[in-house]
Parts: sequence; structure tokens; C-alpha cells
Amino acid sequence: MKQMSKIVRTITNLIYGFIIIFGFYVIVHGHLTPGGGFQGGAVVASAFALLLISYGGVNSEKLLKKDFLSILESCGLTMFIGITFLGLGITFFYNFLANSGDWFGNTTVIGINPGDMNTGGVIPLMNIAVGLEVLSALGVIVIFMASAAEFTKNKENL
Amino acid sequence: MKKIFLGVTFLLFFTFLVVSAVNMRQFGEPIFSEMDDYFIENAQSETGANNVVASVVFDYRGFDTLGEATVLFTAVVGIVALFRRVTK
Repeated sequence: MKQMSKIVRTITNLIYGFIIIFGFYVIVHGHLTPGGGFQGGAVVASAFALLLISYGGVNSEKLLKKDFLSILESCGLTMFIGITFLGLGITFFYNFLANSGDWFGNTTVIGINPGDMNTGGVIPLMNIAVGLEVLSALGVIVIFMASAAEFTKNKENL
Repeated sequence: MKKIFLGVTFLLFFTFLVVSAVNMRQFGEPIFSEMDDYFIENAQSETGANNVVASVVFDYRGFDTLGEATVLFTAVVGIVALFRRVTK
């Protein structure tokens, strides 16, 4: 893939960071606002796809590293499974942090309330784990397909 | 003959669809709603999360999310294996 025109690249430079910040906002506020790990991860991965198509596969290799994203994906899934095993004192998948007064353990006001970040027990941690997994999974898919397309094109032009 | 048979079958099926669409119950009034009422009333106090959907996805039905994440991981493994660079 060649890089696109100067206009597209300038706009990408402007909004790339904001898309990533919005994606992480959706991930981290998953237990308070609509959205969560899957949705926020998809938003961040769309920023990766934007960078890839506007700058081309070769030029964006410095920013998007396949190996790093693969490791991040495995870490996200392992973190998720590890959190599920932490509640094993009572049952698998037990929400042991909710309403405990500890980390993410404040009690919520029942009914309509503005929302407290420090609630939800295990749910925010699982949101972050799933978000890491989804963003790196979709990023890896996009990067691998782009590099394969580039390889095929080079082979055909020979 | 075949066309007549097909036409009659289509008409019967169409009338069945129309009649069932007319007799359908009102939108937003399910027959069984005990589970929904339980989630809406107790999710905030039990899990502490404001977002009931998040508390269902990550707490009550956590196994589903575990399977989903594993499916995504497996899909990525398959794509990486499919698009890997084969060198001699």
C-alpha cells in the first residue's frame, strides 16, 4: 500500500491521538457508561487501521509493531483468565472486590447517580484486560493483512 | 402443476406470516421477565457497577465473555498462521 495524499496524512496526525484517547476512555469507563472492553478496543483498533491506510504499510512499521501487539494480546487474555481464577475462594468468576471497601470496592448509590470510578469490583479490571486483548487482536489482524497484501503486490510486479 | 403447487405453498406461508404478525404481542412487553427484573433491581447493589449490561457481561454471564475472548484469540492465531511469510 502506498501512502495517501498530504491532506489525509495531516488529518490523520490531528485526530489519531484523540481516537486512541476516546477508545481508552470507553474501556476504562466500561462499568459506568455504555461501552466496555470490546467496544473501546475496536475504537482503538480503528485508529490503527487509519494510520495504516493513510501512511502505508512500510512507513507505519515503526509505530505499529506486530510482535509487541501479539505479546499484548496474550497478556490481555492471560490477565482476564487470571482475574477469573482470583475469585476461586468462593466460585469461579466470583466478584470478590465488589462492595469490599478496597480497590474498586466502594458501594454505589442505588438508583440514578453520577457514577464513581472506584466501584464495580472486578468489572473494571476485566474491562481493561478485554480491551487490551481486543485492541491488539484487531490491530494484529489489520497489520498482518496489510503486510500480506504488500508482499503479494511486490511478487506480482517482479 | 409445479408452479401451482409452489404458489399455493407460498400463499399459505404468507398468510401464516401475516396472521402471526397481526397477533403478535405489544413491543416491549415480554411474557417472561423475571430474569430482567432481577438484573435491573439487584445488579447495582450486587456488583456495584452502574452499567447493568457490563455487570451482566462480566459478572453474571462471565463464562460467555471468556468464550468470546478465547474465540477472538483463536481467530487471530488462525489469521497469523494464514498470512505468515513462508520462506524457503
